Amino acid sequence: MTEFEPKIVAFVCNWCTYAGADLTGTSRIKYATNVKIIRFPCTGRIDFMLLLKAFGEGADGIIVSGCHPNDCHYTSGNFHARRRWIMFRGLLDMLGIDVRRIQYSWVSAAEGAKWADIVNTTVNAIRDLGPYTDYAKVAGYLEKEAEV
Amino acid sequence: MNELIKKAAELLESNVVQIVIGYGKGSAERTRTIFITEASGCDQLIFDSRCIQNLAVYLTKAEIKKLGKPAIVAPVPVLRSILQLASENQLTEDGLVVLGVTPESTLIEFESFAAIETYLASHKIEIDEKYQKIIEGIKSMPVEERFAYWVKELEPCFKCYACRAACPLCYCTRCTVENNQPQWIKSASHPLGNLEWHVMRAMHHAGRCTDCDACYEACPMGIPIHLLTKSMLQDVTENFGPYGPSLNKDNTLSSFKPEDKESFIK
Repeated sequence: MTEFEPKIVAFVCNWCTYAGADLTGTSRIKYATNVKIIRFPCTGRIDFMLLLKAFGEGADGIIVSGCHPNDCHYTSGNFHARRRWIMFRGLLDMLGIDVRRIQYSWVSAAEGAKWADIVNTTVNAIRDLGPYTDYAKVAGYLEKEAEV
Repeated sequence: MNELIKKAAELLESNVVQIVIGYGKGSAERTRTIFITEASGCDQLIFDSRCIQNLAVYLTKAEIKKLGKPAIVAPVPVLRSILQLASENQLTEDGLVVLGVTPESTLIEFESFAAIETYLASHKIEIDEKYQKIIEGIKSMPVEERFAYWVKELEPCFKCYACRAACPLCYCTRCTVENNQPQWIKSASHPLGNLEWHVMRAMHHAGRCTDCDACYEACPMGIPIHLLTKSMLQDVTENFGPYGPSLNKDNTLSSFKPEDKESFIK
């Protein structure tokens, strides 16, 4: 059996974290390759449903990252996002969806090293948690029925 | 409620309103919503502890709006919904007569939405101790067990959307669940779709829900979906301070403070 490789989806904002991740690359910093980056105009645009869709499609972990507070390209998108994340996290916790699998962070365009660190620590944390089989079972319910 | 019947009849007779939305006798021991357009029909109005539907849900419906200016029988939960709808610019003061009913079943008239807010200041939203205990119990389960609990609780859901229909705050004319390009949420009774639907429903009510339990009462399968909104209500209070519908405050999720605190963002 091969070692479990976590699948991580990162939802990042165009102006800070995406540029930060670009800097990680141009700085030749090596980091885990488990992450698939999806670029958004702003963290305020990241609908909570997209996170659920990522889990539904088989992600084991999620990173959500954008500009630091007071740094938003659209002035207040990240402030709104922060409130939404606070509420969303509480709801997921109530529902028993594993909130340890979602890492939120602020990574600016100058923080290439921080981005590498966030990805590496998240990948390690998810590796320890193992594949998200509980959610996969729910998401794959019909497929399982079809096999029987 | 002779007082209520008299007042409603007066309003219809003088043509101040064209329709009265209130509670009437339903099948068996239940009550149902009645729409009265003639003063003579007002003696059908009743009010007692069985009147649990949230009538405010009708105020935003196009079918009711076209019948003319309404008067609405409004116990405390309905008053809260009216205030929330007003704060979201869904109602106007001239377009509505509110016949408030106190918990002691006396009639109380409101001149303005601000008067409703003043009245509600002494009727704050409080989560029953019974529910607090249940929520605490769920939150103390290990995460896998909690997930299994909710998957099982949500299993009977077959997406009749009665919870949406019963909720005064679900007034969008086009809901995410009707989006089918792509189909955001599976419309079949699929555990993933059930989970996503209830997450979405709760999130769209975050910081708006007035805790009337109409969704739970409407659910034909008795799924305790009100626990989700109650738990979020606790979260709002914990993170953003005292909570309740208000004309002077923005909704939790449509506003922010630079100093909002959290502990989980790296």
